[in-house]
Amino acid sequence: MFGRLAACGLAGGILGGCLVAAIQAVTTTPLILHAELFEVHEVADAAGIILAHAHGTASDAVAHADGYDTTRLFMTSIMTVVCAIGYGWILLSAMYLKGAAITARSILPWAIAAFVATGLAPSLGLAPELPGSAAADLDARQLWWAGTALATAVGIALIAFSRNPLWIVAALVLIVLPHIIGAPVPPDPESRVPAEVAAEFAGASLVVQFLAWVIPGAIAGFLAQRLIRPEPVAA
Amino acid sequence: MTTKAASLPQTVAVPRSRLAVAASLFAMGVGFVFLVGFSHPQSLHDAAHDTRHGLSFPCH
Repeated sequence: MFGRLAACGLAGGILGGCLVAAIQAVTTTPLILHAELFEVHEVADAAGIILAHAHGTASDAVAHADGYDTTRLFMTSIMTVVCAIGYGWILLSAMYLKGAAITARSILPWAIAAFVATGLAPSLGLAPELPGSAAADLDARQLWWAGTALATAVGIALIAFSRNPLWIVAALVLIVLPHIIGAPVPPDPESRVPAEVAAEFAGASLVVQFLAWVIPGAIAGFLAQRLIRPEPVAA
Repeated sequence: MTTKAASLPQTVAVPRSRLAVAASLFAMGVGFVFLVGFSHPQSLHDAAHDTRHGLSFPCH
Protein backbone atom coordinates (compact mmCIF):
# COMPACT_ATOMS: atom_id res chain seq x y z
CA MET A 1 0.00 0.00 0.00
CA PHE A 2 2.79 2.40 0.89
CA GLY A 3 4.42 1.95 -2.51
CA ARG A 4 1.22 2.56 -4.43
CA LEU A 5 0.30 5.63 -2.38
CA ALA A 6 3.83 7.02 -2.75
CA ALA A 7 3.74 6.38 -6.50
CA CYS A 8 0.39 8.15 -6.88
CA GLY A 9 1.68 11.17 -4.97
CA LEU A 10 4.93 11.15 -6.92
CA ALA A 11 3.20 11.04 -10.32
CA GLY A 12 0.62 13.62 -9.26
CA GLY A 13 3.37 15.87 -7.93
CA ILE A 14 5.49 15.61 -11.06
CA LEU A 15 2.64 16.15 -13.52
CA GLY A 16 0.76 18.70 -11.45
CA GLY A 17 3.95 20.38 -10.29
CA CYS A 18 5.07 20.96 -13.88
CA LEU A 19 1.74 22.62 -14.62
CA VAL A 20 1.99 24.78 -11.52
CA ALA A 21 5.60 25.66 -12.41
CA ALA A 22 4.43 26.81 -15.85
CA ILE A 23 1.75 28.97 -14.23
CA GLN A 24 4.35 30.37 -11.82
CA ALA A 25 6.63 31.25 -14.71
CA VAL A 26 4.03 33.63 -16.12
CA THR A 27 2.48 34.92 -12.89
CA THR A 28 4.61 35.15 -9.74
CA THR A 29 8.14 34.85 -11.13
CA PRO A 30 7.96 37.94 -13.38
CA LEU A 31 6.77 39.93 -10.35
CA ILE A 32 9.67 38.58 -8.26
CA LEU A 33 12.13 39.62 -10.97
CA HIS A 34 10.50 43.02 -11.16
CA ALA A 35 10.65 43.46 -7.38
CA GLU A 36 14.34 42.60 -7.32
CA LEU A 37 14.98 45.85 -9.13
CA PHE A 38 13.95 47.64 -5.96
CA GLU A 39 16.04 45.57 -3.60
CA VAL A 40 19.00 46.92 -1.71
CA HIS A 41 21.89 44.67 -0.94
CA GLU A 42 22.52 45.46 2.63
CA VAL A 43 20.74 45.10 5.88
CA ALA A 44 19.03 48.41 6.44
CA ASP A 45 19.86 48.72 10.10
CA ALA A 46 20.54 46.72 13.20
CA ALA A 47 16.93 46.93 14.31
CA GLY A 48 16.04 43.90 12.28
CA ILE A 49 14.49 45.30 9.14
CA ILE A 50 15.71 42.99 6.47
CA LEU A 51 15.83 44.50 3.04
CA ALA A 52 18.83 42.51 2.04
CA HIS A 53 18.82 39.64 -0.33
CA ALA A 54 21.88 37.47 -0.23
CA HIS A 55 22.12 35.90 -3.62
CA GLY A 56 25.76 34.97 -3.35
CA THR A 57 28.05 35.43 -6.27
CA ALA A 58 27.01 36.17 -9.81
CA SER A 59 27.91 32.64 -10.80
CA ASP A 60 25.19 31.23 -8.59
CA ALA A 61 22.21 29.51 -10.07
CA VAL A 62 20.14 32.51 -9.16
CA ALA A 63 20.85 35.30 -11.55
CA HIS A 64 19.70 38.82 -10.99
CA ALA A 65 16.85 40.85 -12.22
CA ASP A 66 17.96 41.05 -15.79
CA GLY A 67 15.21 38.90 -17.23
CA TYR A 68 14.75 35.17 -17.40
CA ASP A 69 17.62 32.91 -16.60
CA THR A 70 17.16 29.37 -17.86
CA THR A 71 18.95 27.77 -14.91
CA ARG A 72 16.93 29.82 -12.48
CA LEU A 73 13.69 28.89 -14.21
CA PHE A 74 14.72 25.23 -14.19
CA MET A 75 15.61 25.24 -10.49
CA THR A 76 12.37 27.00 -9.62
CA SER A 77 10.39 24.42 -11.58
CA ILE A 78 12.23 21.51 -9.93
CA MET A 79 11.59 22.94 -6.48
CA THR A 80 7.93 23.52 -7.27
CA VAL A 81 7.63 19.90 -8.38
CA VAL A 82 9.35 18.71 -5.17
CA CYS A 83 6.92 20.79 -3.11
CA ALA A 84 3.96 19.49 -5.13
CA ILE A 85 5.06 15.89 -4.47
CA GLY A 86 5.25 16.75 -0.77
CA TYR A 87 1.77 18.25 -0.84
CA GLY A 88 0.44 15.16 -2.62
CA TRP A 89 1.98 12.79 -0.07
CA ILE A 90 0.59 14.84 2.81
CA LEU A 91 -2.93 14.71 1.34
CA LEU A 92 -2.76 10.99 0.53
CA SER A 93 -1.36 10.07 3.95
CA ALA A 94 -4.06 12.03 5.78
CA MET A 95 -6.85 10.50 3.69
CA TYR A 96 -5.40 7.02 4.06
CA LEU A 97 -5.13 7.42 7.82
CA LYS A 98 -8.76 8.51 7.97
CA GLY A 99 -9.74 5.54 5.84
CA ALA A 100 -11.31 7.79 3.21
CA ALA A 101 -11.81 6.54 -0.33
CA ILE A 102 -9.24 8.39 -2.43
CA THR A 103 -10.50 9.72 -5.75
CA ALA A 104 -9.86 12.79 -7.88
CA ARG A 105 -13.07 14.26 -6.49
CA SER A 106 -12.80 13.20 -2.84
CA ILE A 107 -9.29 14.61 -2.46
CA LEU A 108 -10.45 18.13 -3.35
CA PRO A 109 -11.94 19.08 0.06
CA TRP A 110 -8.69 17.87 1.67
CA ALA A 111 -6.63 19.96 -0.74
CA ILE A 112 -8.78 23.03 -0.15
CA ALA A 113 -8.55 22.54 3.63
CA ALA A 114 -4.78 22.22 3.33
CA PHE A 115 -4.68 25.46 1.36
CA VAL A 116 -6.73 27.19 4.04
CA ALA A 117 -4.21 25.94 6.63
CA THR A 118 -1.00 26.78 4.76
CA GLY A 119 -2.18 29.60 2.50
CA LEU A 120 -5.06 31.63 3.85
CA ALA A 121 -4.39 31.33 7.60
CA PRO A 122 -0.69 32.34 7.55
CA SER A 123 -1.39 35.12 5.05
CA LEU A 124 -3.60 36.84 7.62
CA GLY A 125 -0.45 37.58 9.62
CA LEU A 126 2.29 37.29 7.02
CA ALA A 127 1.15 38.43 3.60
CA PRO A 128 2.99 36.70 0.75
CA GLU A 129 6.06 38.82 0.34
CA LEU A 130 8.23 39.92 -2.51
CA PRO A 131 12.01 40.29 -2.36
CA GLY A 132 12.70 43.75 -0.97
CA SER A 133 9.66 43.80 1.28
CA ALA A 134 10.25 44.81 4.87
CA ALA A 135 10.16 41.73 7.05
CA ALA A 136 10.87 40.58 10.58
CA ASP A 137 13.43 37.95 11.54
CA LEU A 138 13.21 34.89 9.26
CA ASP A 139 13.28 32.24 12.01
CA ALA A 140 10.45 33.95 13.87
CA ARG A 141 8.37 34.19 10.71
CA GLN A 142 9.00 30.56 9.76
CA LEU A 143 8.06 29.42 13.26
CA TRP A 144 4.85 31.46 13.26
CA TRP A 145 3.98 30.34 9.74
CA ALA A 146 4.48 26.64 10.53
CA GLY A 147 2.71 26.90 13.89
CA THR A 148 -0.25 28.67 12.32
CA ALA A 149 -0.50 26.12 9.50
CA LEU A 150 -0.34 23.19 11.93
CA ALA A 151 -2.85 24.68 14.40
CA THR A 152 -5.26 25.56 11.59
CA ALA A 153 -4.95 22.11 10.00
CA VAL A 154 -5.65 20.37 13.31
CA GLY A 155 -8.53 22.78 13.95
CA ILE A 156 -10.11 22.08 10.56
CA ALA A 157 -9.73 18.33 11.09
CA LEU A 158 -11.43 18.56 14.49
CA ILE A 159 -14.31 20.56 13.04
CA ALA A 160 -14.68 18.17 10.13
CA PHE A 161 -14.51 14.90 12.05
CA SER A 162 -15.35 15.53 15.68
CA ARG A 163 -18.83 14.92 17.06
CA ASN A 164 -18.17 16.48 20.45
CA PRO A 165 -18.98 20.22 20.77
CA LEU A 166 -16.06 20.65 23.16
CA TRP A 167 -13.66 19.60 20.45
CA ILE A 168 -15.25 22.12 18.10
CA VAL A 169 -14.59 24.85 20.68
CA ALA A 170 -11.01 23.63 21.04
CA ALA A 171 -10.69 23.71 17.25
CA LEU A 172 -11.85 27.32 17.08
CA VAL A 173 -9.36 28.26 19.78
CA LEU A 174 -6.59 26.52 17.85
CA ILE A 175 -7.50 28.37 14.65
CA VAL A 176 -7.74 31.79 16.30
CA LEU A 177 -4.86 31.51 18.78
CA PRO A 178 -1.96 32.14 16.33
CA HIS A 179 -3.60 35.41 15.29
CA ILE A 180 -4.07 36.48 18.91
CA ILE A 181 -0.39 35.70 19.54
CA GLY A 182 0.30 37.66 16.38
CA ALA A 183 2.79 37.26 13.55
CA PRO A 184 6.24 38.76 13.94
CA VAL A 185 6.19 42.26 12.49
CA PRO A 186 9.09 44.34 11.23
CA PRO A 187 9.88 47.29 13.49
CA ASP A 188 9.50 49.63 10.56
CA PRO A 189 7.13 48.40 7.85
CA GLU A 190 8.73 50.25 5.00
CA SER A 191 9.14 48.45 1.72
CA ARG A 192 10.94 49.48 -1.42
CA VAL A 193 8.55 47.50 -3.54
CA PRO A 194 5.67 49.55 -4.99
CA ALA A 195 2.37 48.74 -3.27
CA GLU A 196 0.67 47.81 -6.55
CA VAL A 197 3.33 45.21 -7.35
CA ALA A 198 3.22 43.80 -3.82
CA ALA A 199 -0.58 43.58 -3.87
CA GLU A 200 -0.61 41.90 -7.26
CA PHE A 201 1.98 39.43 -6.01
CA ALA A 202 0.11 38.62 -2.78
CA GLY A 203 -2.97 37.68 -4.78
CA ALA A 204 -1.08 35.73 -7.44
CA SER A 205 0.98 33.87 -4.87
CA LEU A 206 -2.11 32.63 -3.02
CA VAL A 207 -3.70 31.50 -6.28
CA VAL A 208 -0.53 29.61 -7.21
CA GLN A 209 -0.38 27.94 -3.81
CA PHE A 210 -4.03 26.95 -4.13
CA LEU A 211 -3.29 25.34 -7.48
CA ALA A 212 -0.20 23.64 -6.04
CA TRP A 213 -2.44 21.79 -3.59
CA VAL A 214 -5.39 21.14 -5.87
CA ILE A 215 -3.83 20.11 -9.20
CA PRO A 216 -1.23 17.58 -7.95
CA GLY A 217 -3.81 16.36 -5.42
CA ALA A 218 -6.47 15.80 -8.05
CA ILE A 219 -4.06 13.92 -10.31
CA ALA A 220 -2.84 11.79 -7.37
CA GLY A 221 -6.46 11.10 -6.45
CA PHE A 222 -7.29 10.17 -10.02
CA LEU A 223 -4.41 7.67 -10.05
CA ALA A 224 -5.22 6.31 -6.60
CA GLN A 225 -8.79 5.72 -7.71
CA ARG A 226 -7.47 3.33 -10.34
CA LEU A 227 -4.50 1.79 -8.54
CA ILE A 228 -5.77 1.34 -5.02
CA ARG A 229 -8.70 -0.89 -4.20
CA PRO A 230 -10.46 -0.38 -0.89
CA GLU A 231 -8.70 -2.47 1.73
CA PRO A 232 -10.61 -5.44 3.09
CA VAL A 233 -11.88 -4.75 6.59
CA ALA A 234 -9.14 -5.76 9.00
CA ALA A 235 -9.97 -8.85 11.00
CA MET B 1 -0.79 -7.88 15.57
CA THR B 2 -4.46 -7.73 14.63
CA THR B 3 -5.63 -9.48 17.79
CA LYS B 4 -3.61 -6.99 19.78
CA ALA B 5 -5.31 -4.12 17.99
CA ALA B 6 -8.71 -5.58 18.73
CA SER B 7 -8.02 -5.48 22.46
CA LEU B 8 -7.20 -1.78 22.36
CA PRO B 9 -9.83 0.77 23.42
CA GLN B 10 -12.41 1.86 20.88
CA THR B 11 -10.69 5.19 20.22
CA VAL B 12 -7.59 3.47 18.83
CA ALA B 13 -9.41 2.10 15.84
CA VAL B 14 -6.70 2.66 13.24
CA PRO B 15 -4.71 -0.53 12.56
CA ARG B 16 -1.05 -0.13 13.33
CA SER B 17 0.06 -0.99 9.82
CA ARG B 18 -2.13 1.73 8.38
CA LEU B 19 -0.79 4.18 10.92
CA ALA B 20 2.78 3.27 9.96
CA VAL B 21 2.08 3.74 6.24
CA ALA B 22 0.34 7.07 6.79
CA ALA B 23 3.00 8.34 9.18
CA SER B 24 5.85 7.43 6.83
CA LEU B 25 4.19 9.03 3.83
CA PHE B 26 3.27 12.11 5.85
CA ALA B 27 6.83 12.45 7.13
CA MET B 28 8.17 12.21 3.57
CA GLY B 29 5.69 14.86 2.42
CA VAL B 30 6.54 17.24 5.24
CA GLY B 31 10.24 16.60 4.57
CA PHE B 32 9.91 17.61 0.92
CA VAL B 33 7.88 20.70 1.79
CA PHE B 34 10.41 21.64 4.48
CA LEU B 35 13.27 21.20 2.02
CA VAL B 36 11.66 23.57 -0.45
CA GLY B 37 10.02 26.02 1.91
CA PHE B 38 12.10 26.26 5.06
CA SER B 39 15.64 24.89 4.81
CA HIS B 40 18.44 27.34 5.43
CA PRO B 41 21.52 26.22 3.42
CA GLN B 42 22.37 28.93 0.91
CA SER B 43 22.36 26.66 -2.13
CA LEU B 44 18.90 25.32 -1.30
CA HIS B 45 17.65 28.81 -0.59
CA ASP B 46 18.93 30.05 -3.93
CA ALA B 47 17.44 27.14 -5.85
CA ALA B 48 14.10 27.37 -4.09
CA HIS B 49 13.97 31.15 -3.90
CA ASP B 50 11.32 31.90 -6.52
CA THR B 51 9.28 28.87 -5.49
CA ARG B 52 9.30 30.02 -1.85
CA HIS B 53 8.04 33.45 -2.78
CA GLY B 54 5.65 32.06 -5.37
CA LEU B 55 4.03 29.64 -2.91
CA SER B 56 3.97 32.27 -0.12
CA PHE B 57 6.48 30.67 2.21
CA PRO B 58 8.41 33.09 4.41
CA CYS B 59 11.70 33.96 2.72
CA HIS B 60 14.73 35.96 3.85
